[in-house]
Amino acid sequence: MLTLHCPYCGIQADETELAAGGEAHLKRYGPGSSDDEFETYLFMRENKKGVHLERWRHAYGCGKWFLAARDTATLEVYGTYAAQTSEPPVEVKAAIRAKHPGWTWKEQA
Amino acid sequence: MKRYSVFAVAREGLRYHTGWERAWRSPTPKKKYDAIIVGAGGHGLATAYYLGKNHGITNVAIIEKGWLGGGNTGRNTTIIRSNYLQDPSAAIYDKALKLYENLSQDLNYNVMFSPRGLIMLAQTHHEVRGYQRTVMANQLQGVATEWVTPQQLKEIVPILNIDGPRYPVLGGLYQKRGGTARHDAVAWGYARACSAMGMDVIQQCEVTGVRRDGNKVIGVSTTKGDIDCDKLGMVVAGHTSVLAEMAGFRLPIESVALQALVSEPIKPCMDVVVMANTVHGYMSQSDKGEMVIGGGTDSFNNYTQRGSFHHIEETVRALVETFPIISRLKMLRQWGGIVDMTGDRSPIISKTPVDGIFVNCGWGTGGFKAIPGSGWAMAELMAKGHSPLAEEFHMYRFREGKFIDESVAAGVAH
Ligand SMILES: Cc1cc2nc3c(=O)[nH]c(=O)nc-3n(C[C@H](O)[C@H](O)[C@H](O)COP(=O)(O)OP(=O)(O)OC[C@H]3O[C@@H](n4cnc5c(N)ncnc54)[C@H](O)[C@@H]3O)c2cc1C
Ligand SMILES: [Zn+2]
Repeated sequence: MLTLHCPYCGIQADETELAAGGEAHLKRYGPGSSDDEFETYLFMRENKKGVHLERWRHAYGCGKWFLAARDTATLEVYGTYAAQTSEPPVEVKAAIRAKHPGWTWKEQA
Repeated sequence: MKRYSVFAVAREGLRYHTGWERAWRSPTPKKKYDAIIVGAGGHGLATAYYLGKNHGITNVAIIEKGWLGGGNTGRNTTIIRSNYLQDPSAAIYDKALKLYENLSQDLNYNVMFSPRGLIMLAQTHHEVRGYQRTVMANQLQGVATEWVTPQQLKEIVPILNIDGPRYPVLGGLYQKRGGTARHDAVAWGYARACSAMGMDVIQQCEVTGVRRDGNKVIGVSTTKGDIDCDKLGMVVAGHTSVLAEMAGFRLPIESVALQALVSEPIKPCMDVVVMANTVHGYMSQSDKGEMVIGGGTDSFNNYTQRGSFHHIEETVRALVETFPIISRLKMLRQWGGIVDMTGDRSPIISKTPVDGIFVNCGWGTGGFKAIPGSGWAMAELMAKGHSPLAEEFHMYRFREGKFIDESVAAGVAH
């Protein structure tokens, strides 16, 4: 079973107490944006085979949203971090780069 | 290709089965093809087959990174039905069902199509209204389905507990023409027929890049070298985003795991397929006697063909109330596949931003039933640039808001 460390309550949470929330760091587009931007925001996802930055909610725990860096090809978890960030913290980036040397997070956006 | 027949069986029986030939060739790739199909699952193979059969295009290669039918086609629970809500869905799924009805004869390969009937149980009042609406929509679409009462259901499916305390059975949507088929045989039958038309089924060959000249496709790079083509069909289900990235565009697809499991074999006890969408499980009995069980997808992006154990537990726990006899069955095998989910839970059969590249994907949890119809439409699209059956399934519908919303109509993975 997938377990993720909740950065708020500090426990290692089982998948059964978590709710997946899809790709993280999406740029929101609203009124005034182009069709292209709005479509991308609503429907287009990286869906990477490899490093995936994603949102999770500790639904049956503290109830808060946090973010995780996970590998969709190996199910390895590189780290979790608070949701109030616009990019992954340095230690998470380092953990990812240890396995994917060329990885830069901007390519994900 | 030697035809299979009762005479062939008798002839081979008399000479110790020494005369059977290989069902398909394993050729080395040519330098160039008129069309390349990536992915030898059911949809890719059916596309190639109808390119040859309906449009006379036989200089075709089907390129597969693993073994043919080793993706979702060989991992699914084989439910076939066409009782969808929206008109474009009913049209393509019913086309597929009609082709399934004669597929064994058409391919000269027994795909073991078994139109044993399919029931979707209504276990909440909301579902009752939903399915009654579907019955009416199906009538307008010319798809024969009917509403059945709990008492009728009890007669058709005696092992059903219709007065479960939590989710009593309130009725059902019954499609008598629905049923199952042998999944591997569908892939093998199409592959054999493609090979017989002179097409190359190339297994153990991964496409690693898409080569373009400006905005026009000129070929692919593979683990067996570069291969050129005029037209390219991407039919790779869970790996669609990976292939699209190679070609330089994006699709509204997410890849997640869907699992299934089978029990130990038991005596025949259920001769229809039953889906219980509210509790998120469905079941049929295989010819070997195993109960074949499936449920919902996992929640997170995943390419590993392995799912979360607790989902299996949830599925089985949910089914036990409605089918009490399974409570003491041992489960024998469990497995997963990577399904390609779109935002409106309907497939994409479409031209793409790159000239000469076509995509067929997004069948998600329910594409086995669609294989012949999808291949028919995709072949027409690739050959003529236009297909009435595929018309509304283009990839730009998300931008335009023209969804084909089946997510409410089919609440469960099947
Ligand atoms: C557990 C489970 C149960 C299901 N139950 C049902 C059901 O009851 N009824 C129903 O209608 N549907 C069901 N489905 C859905 C159905 O299986 C799929 O929609 C359908 O099989 C998809 O067929 P396909 O040909 O598109 O994909 P696949 O069969 O997955 O074929 C795609 C192929 O592309 C190959 N490929 C990928 N990348 C590359 C590359 N780079 N180079 C070369 N080849 C590549 C893969 O190896 C694969 O063989 C179920 C699915 C699962 C997983
Ligand atoms: Zn928490």
